[in-house]
Amino acid sequence: MKALSLPMPAEALPRRVRFTALLRLGKLLFGTPLNGLLTVLFGAMLVVTVPPMLRWLIIDAVLFDPDPDACREAVGACWSFVYAKSGQLLFGIYPLAERWRPAIVCLVILALLGWSVRPASWTARLLALWIATLAFIVWLMGGGFGLAEVPTASWGGLPVTLILTVVAIGIAFPVGILLALARRSTMPAVRIGAVVLIESVRGLPLLSILFVASIMMPLFLPEALLPDKFVRALVALTIFAAAYLAEVIRGGLQAISKGQYEAAAALGLPFWPMQYLIILPQAIRVVIPALANTVIVMIKNTSLVLVVGLFDLISSGKAALADPEWPSPAAETFLFIGAIFFALSFSFARFADFLERRGPVSH
Amino acid sequence: MSASPASIPAPFADPTIAIEMSEMNKWYGAFHVLRDIDLTVRRGERLVICGPSGSGKSTMIRCINRLEEHQRGRIVVDGVELTNDLKRIEEIRRDVGMVFQHFNLFPHLTILENLTLAPIWVRRMPRREAEENAMFYLERVRIPDQAGKYPGQLSGGQQQRVAIARSLCMNPKIMLFDEPTSALDPEMVKEVLETMVSLAEEGMTMLCVTHEMGFARQVADRVVFMDHGQIIEEAHPDEFFKNPRHDRTRLFLNQILN
Repeated sequence: MKALSLPMPAEALPRRVRFTALLRLGKLLFGTPLNGLLTVLFGAMLVVTVPPMLRWLIIDAVLFDPDPDACREAVGACWSFVYAKSGQLLFGIYPLAERWRPAIVCLVILALLGWSVRPASWTARLLALWIATLAFIVWLMGGGFGLAEVPTASWGGLPVTLILTVVAIGIAFPVGILLALARRSTMPAVRIGAVVLIESVRGLPLLSILFVASIMMPLFLPEALLPDKFVRALVALTIFAAAYLAEVIRGGLQAISKGQYEAAAALGLPFWPMQYLIILPQAIRVVIPALANTVIVMIKNTSLVLVVGLFDLISSGKAALADPEWPSPAAETFLFIGAIFFALSFSFARFADFLERRGPVSH
Repeated sequence: MSASPASIPAPFADPTIAIEMSEMNKWYGAFHVLRDIDLTVRRGERLVICGPSGSGKSTMIRCINRLEEHQRGRIVVDGVELTNDLKRIEEIRRDVGMVFQHFNLFPHLTILENLTLAPIWVRRMPRREAEENAMFYLERVRIPDQAGKYPGQLSGGQQQRVAIARSLCMNPKIMLFDEPTSALDPEMVKEVLETMVSLAEEGMTMLCVTHEMGFARQVADRVVFMDHGQIIEEAHPDEFFKNPRHDRTRLFLNQILN
């Protein structure tokens, strides 16, 4: 160790590449006293933490044994619980015999999402495909027309998370664009309306908006006019997301130079084609990182619907843990659910990264 | 501000007149930018507008396609009076091309897309026809090989020629040039001026705000000198450069030519 950190004349270096690499690594880790100290400290931390972690995660863990007692005796993680309860974790309290339905819904949504990230599929037909798919999903989840009816109160798990995320963000995005444009409008009524809406939604915690939607709306709306609890939560999430997206998009609009508006106007483009063809494509591209940020926050915000009695992934996890037959392996369950959220968020982050890279060479 | 008077089309409109401004005034807040502008441009006429910076020359030509709003007086373009009526404004803009100092190409679109966008969306031209049309004008400004590139990949001179071609694709009756060479490196000024000269030779009605006095001598039918928001004098270039009538014109010419 010490020998490596000694400065050596370049001529004295052995020419073998492998040794040079080693030397460079040594310099990197122990080049200065501070680096050396940090290397030793972090090394010690890894030695202390990694082996027990591996032991818990794998070596002492119950991997496949379906017997709950095996988990009680084991010192390590109880992964068999996640397998045994995977149906409940993924689909919540959806009727057991009908679980194939939410399973298909999840696959359809994920497949369509995968299809939608290709620039080649960005056509009007894709929008029609999404609308048709959503109708199909509602039928498959809710039943009717030959399928047993399942009320939204019994929906749960991954399909709830996916539907809430996709629909809330899918609707919030165009609404956010309209709000952003409205806030920059020269018409006072339009501008003030947008400001009031955006600022009041941003000023409230999402939880309180969800409470208003699910608890207070029934107080002043007659039963017949009251939308389903799921729909109410969806509307609350959409409005919340729209307000935040609007502000992000407005930031992008402000980055577009006056010359772009003038050039488009001078060619005779009316307001909407100008926005759609010239302004928005540039404005949105500028704020892709901030948009991705908002979307990822919203993916995880969907789990807050548990406070109004909807069962998203996290509430399904909690419900599964309540089974008295099993020791309740909360860490394993939430690691599993966390992995799903991570997969969703990370995939979206990669997609945003791809969007950022494509397109014209910047000035 | 006060509404423009008389929204009826000019009576007995003379078809040989392209632009007519009468007693046109504009204010920025309390600042009086344009004072009683009276200017008539005949079809096929080539005007060069010059004057010190802040004299209102850019503002004046920007009023012609309503990038700026005038508050008093009349502007009639191609027989249509400019009012707050959006439909009329868009109608006028379709037929009046404009070239800006900073090109203002659309950076997220290729050169070809920059040229076909307005014909497709404003003139409802079929895409294929719009592309053929675009290639024709790219040939004219001598950069057909750049069609697939983005504006950011072109030199300033090339970008300005694309901007001229973009306007021409709309088949305009009038072209406005707002200091088209001021933002260019000196070695690129020539290629843009050559394009403008060839356009002038074809009989396009042109209004150019520029300090290129050589260009003014070569193509202008009339040179208009502005200062402090007023038209000080207008004359044929021979007359204008040899015997400027006004002291302020003489001072300006001295500064710019020496």
